[in-house]
Amino acid sequence: MSEAHAHDHHDDHHHGPEPGIMRWIKTTNHKDLGTLYMWFSFTMFMIGGMMALVIRAELFQPGLQFVDPGFFNSMTTMHALVMIFGGVMPGFVGLANWMVPMMIGASDLALPRINNWGFWILPFAFTLLLSTLFVDGGAPAAGWTMYPPLVLQSGDSLPLLIFAVHMMGVSSITGAINIVVTILNMRAPGMTLLKMPLFVWTWLITAYLLIAVMPVLAGAVTMLLTDRYFGTSFFSAAGGGDPVMFQHIFWFFGHPEVYIMILPAFGIISMIIPVFARKTLFGYDSMVYATASIAFLSFIVWAHHMFTVGMPVAAELFFMFATMLIAVPTGVKVFNWVATMWKGSMSFETPMLFALAFVFLFTIGGFSGLMLAIVPADFQYHDSYFVVAHFHYVLVPGAVFSIMAGVYFWLPKWTGHMYDEKLGKLHFWLSTIFVNVTFFPQHFSGLAGMPRRIPDYATQFAEFNMISSIGAFGFGFSQLILLFVVIKCIRGGQPATGRVWEGARGLEWSIPSPAPYHSFETPPDVPDSEVTSAQEQHA
Amino acid sequence: MKSLLRNTVLAMAAPLLLATGQARAALELNMPRGVTEITREVYGLHMLIFWICVAIGVVVFGAMIWSLIYHRHSKGAKPAQFHESTTVEIAWTLVPFLILIGMAIPAAGTLIKIEDASDADMSIKVTGYQWMWEYEYLDHDVQFFSRLDEATNQARQLKSGIDPTSVDNYLRDVDKYVVVPVDQKVRLLLASNDVIHAWWVPELSGKKDAIPGFINEMWFKAEKTGIYRGQCAELCGRGHGYMPIVVKVVTESEFEAWVNEQGGSMTTDAAEQAASGTQVASAGTTATDAAVDAPADSAAADEGEGQSSEPVQVADAGDAPADGTSEGAAGLSMDDLMAQGKKVYDGQCAACHQVDGSGMAAAGFPAMKGSPVATGDLAEHIDQILNGKGAMPPYKDTLSDEEIAAVITYERNAFGNETGDIIQPADIADAR
Repeated sequence: MSEAHAHDHHDDHHHGPEPGIMRWIKTTNHKDLGTLYMWFSFTMFMIGGMMALVIRAELFQPGLQFVDPGFFNSMTTMHALVMIFGGVMPGFVGLANWMVPMMIGASDLALPRINNWGFWILPFAFTLLLSTLFVDGGAPAAGWTMYPPLVLQSGDSLPLLIFAVHMMGVSSITGAINIVVTILNMRAPGMTLLKMPLFVWTWLITAYLLIAVMPVLAGAVTMLLTDRYFGTSFFSAAGGGDPVMFQHIFWFFGHPEVYIMILPAFGIISMIIPVFARKTLFGYDSMVYATASIAFLSFIVWAHHMFTVGMPVAAELFFMFATMLIAVPTGVKVFNWVATMWKGSMSFETPMLFALAFVFLFTIGGFSGLMLAIVPADFQYHDSYFVVAHFHYVLVPGAVFSIMAGVYFWLPKWTGHMYDEKLGKLHFWLSTIFVNVTFFPQHFSGLAGMPRRIPDYATQFAEFNMISSIGAFGFGFSQLILLFVVIKCIRGGQPATGRVWEGARGLEWSIPSPAPYHSFETPPDVPDSEVTSAQEQHA
Repeated sequence: MKSLLRNTVLAMAAPLLLATGQARAALELNMPRGVTEITREVYGLHMLIFWICVAIGVVVFGAMIWSLIYHRHSKGAKPAQFHESTTVEIAWTLVPFLILIGMAIPAAGTLIKIEDASDADMSIKVTGYQWMWEYEYLDHDVQFFSRLDEATNQARQLKSGIDPTSVDNYLRDVDKYVVVPVDQKVRLLLASNDVIHAWWVPELSGKKDAIPGFINEMWFKAEKTGIYRGQCAELCGRGHGYMPIVVKVVTESEFEAWVNEQGGSMTTDAAEQAASGTQVASAGTTATDAAVDAPADSAAADEGEGQSSEPVQVADAGDAPADGTSEGAAGLSMDDLMAQGKKVYDGQCAACHQVDGSGMAAAGFPAMKGSPVATGDLAEHIDQILNGKGAMPPYKDTLSDEEIAAVITYERNAFGNETGDIIQPADIADAR
């Protein structure tokens, strides 16, 4: 707290933001860029959401009412690409931008100009991606997994898609390198690795995953590009290539990607639950080790996404066992959260509500994930709506809820105002109810035999699809409340204290709210009372 | 506010209540038990792991809900100080691990059974096409294509105005069923002509991908006669939702009668050959290897043929449907050709070029009406249908000469094109 500077303390090195639009274009400030990332993420969340609503409107009833099947496939493909690369990933990067330097007592990220570049690539990447909606042959329609040979049948959208993916990859890698360098080099004296808040830990590990796998994705899509335009045959059996090899390469990226989208969520939830349970996080060390184990295992389970391609039995057994193993560290995390709540003194502000819903609903997604690991059963579940239900449970009430929890949790620190608690709770309850109405019935339609990615379905699936569509529209429109709450909170509201929450601990809460434009220009002391490490708290 | 909320809920629920009131198949909630030993075992595994998850859920959520109720700040709960216990951590690492081992053992046993396709009684080569299936009975000399049935095809068109509930087995019926005998181990050899498809009939087995350049293997042994339905389960383009699978399991004697009716034979030579000698590896087999091993005489992926963007030709052109190629020397009448042509057009072409021939400019599918091809050079027209162009697939392997002649005649005379051209099957045979 001693080192936090207020605005009136000026010299050459700390000045306020530039006025006008140029502030946002030229900024190298981690808080400004964090804000840009968050608004970008929200915009993409809305665009991807609208695509989801096109899908759900078409699936409201059997028969084809609104869109052509080709456009329907474009919608499923674009929905996934926009939500994954535009919604969830930038959302987490935004939170990391804002919070990581404040949590470790750093003045900014280590590479502020790279940070600016990393963000400003994204609007161009997504302009490129979304422009495919207007090119000959329509937007990509081969699924976000881009399996050849189908994806090679795309029209003019293919090169645009590939370059957009390249740009997203560059952006992610710059962000990841920045976070690793910052965490490893810019921690305040006394902030040892095992005293870091879990959000910092999970992001450190996530950043390594990003650096490891984004180049793999770039390689895979580049091979698609050369197959299509330069006469290579990486994935064409006619030329001696192998279409299944693409799936292996893609999922070697794709599975760690799944954890890229959930590890930071684990971090956020591990920050929020102790604050509102007014109790130290249970098993801090085991949380760190569990995160690292999950990250390691994520590299050796990729083929569980493709059990039906016809692998040797030995490979199927290996990937089944390795996949089941992930349940162990993930279980440890859930148990630790519950143990943190146990005999705590809980209150239920909006961030805590989202965190609790996360623990419940993510666990349900985890259960269905465990079921999917069982290969003989996966032969039935694979590519059915059961899978759709599973990954939406881990991504929406999982990753997305954690971002929302983080936004409510840190909004007072960012804006200096408390958000409207009543509206926040309304947003929570509507989101939670509708997310279940949307995705729970999909377990049933999948088990009963409905394949995914179909624009129309047999009449026995009608009831569950109708319920699902109603839930989707409810969930979509409920998000406007979030927009309203955030704008209202930026414009004013009850002033927030530096500590904001009664049970909050950590360097980020030791500075005033709103956080000064430049926090920690000289490294702060790290008092024992502000770090989350278990050992330190006993005294 | 409250009444508004209630009205909204009611308004949203109303169509739902109406829908459930309609006569429909019973609501299916769970995986079917199926009619094979394997599907029953898989169902057992599914339920086992489901109940294990429920049990874990009860413990975890129970503890959580207990805390939520009794350890509240508003009730004056004082937080405890504990935050670590190595014993507890080890326990909740080991116990789940042991539970997992308990699940892995039966799962591995079933998996090994599923992957053993040896000693099959008969083999069928299944080839996926955009968007239909081809079935070749390797032991019985029977071959046919199986497409979406006509009634569904009419109803499934965009804004068709036909209520899907009025169509029997909407989207799950085909023009020609796969007929197999009961209590026999039927081995399927899966291949693809273009993109990846997946063959899935939940009551008979799990699914397996049909991949161009690969031959995959799966099997089932149905224990009950009846009709079992499924769908393609791997995204394969805009017709992905429209390539169902229907398997009719019949008694041995009915099967024999069916084979004879199809002009096949029940000779055992081929059957023995397929069942005993030729093991097709289920993975890693490239097209060239598969062509050597597989009893099918499929000329797999010719090295020189087709650039990467073109679909791989797995099926031999020589295997093209033979029915209808030997029409009378006098040729077919305009009316016959137009009638058959409309059928073929609505089935094969209308998905992209639309029933009224208006095409879909936005998606890059040209209109038939007044098309420079359909009203211009006939040779070019025939060539595009035989060999495809761009996103349009080639039809030389999937349509007979008569069907192609009919559809070209139809395209050149319907939609106001009125060229008056009559194309005979012989013209197509010449162009091949």
